[in-house]
Amino acid sequence: MRLTRRDALAVLAGLGVTGGAVSLTRFDPPTAESTDERGDSSGEDGADGDDAPPTAVRETMVAAGEVVFPSAAEGVSEFVETYVVGRARDDARRDAMVDAATELDDVARDWEGAAFADLPAGDRDRLLRELGVDTADPVQDGTLSERLRFHVVNELLYAFYASPTGGRLVGIENPIGHPGGTESYRRATMDAPGELPDSGGEHDG
Amino acid sequence: MDRSPVSDADVCVVGAGPAGGIVAHRLAESGASVVVLEAGPRFDGDRREQLEQHIRPGLGGPWEMGGPRDAFSSSGDSFYPLNAARVKGVGGSTLHWQGMVMRLHERDFELDSRHGVGADWPIGYDDLRPYYAAAERELGVAGAADNPYAPPREEPHPLPAFRPSHSDSIFAAACERLGIDMHSVGNARNSEPYDGRSSCVGYGTCKPVCPSGAKYTAESHVEKAEAAGARVIDRARVRRLDHDETGERVVAAAYTTPDGETHRQEATQFVLACGGVENVRLLLLSDSDRYPDGLANSSGAVGRYFMDHLFAGAGGRLDRPTRQNHVGFNTSECHQFYDDAEPVNGLKLEFLNYAGPSPVIDALHADTWGDDLRDQLDESYGTHISMGALVEQLPREDNYVGLDRATTDDLGDPVPEIHWSVDEQTEAALSRANGIQTRVLDELGIEDRWTVGPDETGPAYHHMGTTRMGDDPDESVVDAECRAHDLDNLWISGSSVFPTGGAMNPTLTIAALSVRLAESLRAALG
Repeated sequence: MRLTRRDALAVLAGLGVTGGAVSLTRFDPPTAESTDERGDSSGEDGADGDDAPPTAVRETMVAAGEVVFPSAAEGVSEFVETYVVGRARDDARRDAMVDAATELDDVARDWEGAAFADLPAGDRDRLLRELGVDTADPVQDGTLSERLRFHVVNELLYAFYASPTGGRLVGIENPIGHPGGTESYRRATMDAPGELPDSGGEHDG
Repeated sequence: MDRSPVSDADVCVVGAGPAGGIVAHRLAESGASVVVLEAGPRFDGDRREQLEQHIRPGLGGPWEMGGPRDAFSSSGDSFYPLNAARVKGVGGSTLHWQGMVMRLHERDFELDSRHGVGADWPIGYDDLRPYYAAAERELGVAGAADNPYAPPREEPHPLPAFRPSHSDSIFAAACERLGIDMHSVGNARNSEPYDGRSSCVGYGTCKPVCPSGAKYTAESHVEKAEAAGARVIDRARVRRLDHDETGERVVAAAYTTPDGETHRQEATQFVLACGGVENVRLLLLSDSDRYPDGLANSSGAVGRYFMDHLFAGAGGRLDRPTRQNHVGFNTSECHQFYDDAEPVNGLKLEFLNYAGPSPVIDALHADTWGDDLRDQLDESYGTHISMGALVEQLPREDNYVGLDRATTDDLGDPVPEIHWSVDEQTEAALSRANGIQTRVLDELGIEDRWTVGPDETGPAYHHMGTTRMGDDPDESVVDAECRAHDLDNLWISGSSVFPTGGAMNPTLTIAALSVRLAESLRAALG
């Protein structure tokens, strides 16, 4: 099951991250060349300029996505990068996400001696659980585990399961928050878009 | 923002929900000088932010309810979760309502005459019938003439009904075999573009927020009122109504603004439209030597006969996809049992399109992730199906809204006290609803199921009956025109005037009465 940039854009659109400027190219992620080592964006890479989170943060978010998304998900890097860059258009969210991801990376370097993104997936999963992120309440300005739950894990889970492709993986191609329910609510299955129930002549509007 | 009073106002409306918004719009359009005082804020901006607030834990609710401003007390046998039941703000509780709209039946207006219970309204269905049609146009109701149990109507709904859902089709076969008739639901959401708002696109979060604007909220009437010249002052908390020396006229509404300033809004006419709880609170807070038990309360009925609708439900899981949570509204109902007399309480059945969990919300609350989470969601989503029902609660004097003088809000005013219990007769009606639902689920072959019945029921958040309408000033608060018996220029708009509540969602009737009240008030203005 392959995630696409279009999936990320669909979720962002549901969150109101649109406007006339939104397009696929609008969310082209920054390249390594356009940012310094810890990630300050040059703003000249076709992404969102100074709003784009640092490279290290994007890498940490992608690495976290590879853990919290199901193993059947492909295209995680492109999907997460697009979502994170789009989300960063909200300054407050951008700053909080950058801070949380940076803290996660710092913990990985302190505890594991390597960047979070460089750890094997199993170690990333273990580290998050050892931090209590799996059972923590999501709190924007709470403890470290609460902030990681809100700004990293739940941000990613929201992006995934509110997307048509992520929803489809668990049985619903139009999860709530995605504007498409009136196109799908009458279908009997995800795979039969033309299959609509018989109104029996009693429900005609 | 300038929140100072308006000079030379003809009408002061307290509350900017549907009851106040419609009155304000109609009167402003007819040339009256109208000011609306609303306790809550305007919720401007992109509703998709509020959609995220609803879906994602940790962001708080979208409508800012709760806290010291909205403190309340609950007494009686059943806890009443008041702050889940209302919204303070421009648009009122239509901001978070689901948008189901249907007319009361003829029997609802004459329950005492027909069955010797409850109360008669001083008006009948025929009196309200043209106003119901007007209300359907005002709200933009999508509906069909396929309901054989609905009261008579002479014109189609303004918008075509939403087509039935896939899960409706699952129910349809079982109901057909049982002789249970399904029909469309009246929905105050656009099935086609209407009144400057788009058609529904199916975000699936109707309650508590519609990001597309397809669902009607009273914001549209408030905006129309402003366009017609009305002035709307938000965050203006009315704390008292003052009357003249004779006690026959209200002269001013005293309100406090966020800067702590208190102002007095004078007007020729006053309309109270802040819901079945705050209407009462304001009247009781406005006591005086002339009205020691509260303004307009010589009958003693202010706050009494509080009613809500009770929820009954049943559901389970099928062995095939039920396609839930694509849209946040229902497309089929059954009013077949509404007029039955054993028990006499009205009931209507709903076929839910949002049974069971939504994967995205479950995911955000889960204690795991990765493949474990996917397995959990695979198990939890996809095959739920359920029915709901609204059941009538008859008016009882000992269900009431009062003041808890021992508890104050952040301005130091006593908070409302909700004293609410569910009587045995209502419990019998809940059991009957469960019985019908169980027959349907049996027919579907669902063995492992849940029910919400008399022991687990909760309110539907429809506040009714606390300033009841009637011909006898000793028994009621307002007359058939919704004007207070005690004061010449005090009108009450909303479901607090309902003598009985039926079992239909109340907002269409609120809107119809508001249109009618505006007509009467216009005549009173001369």
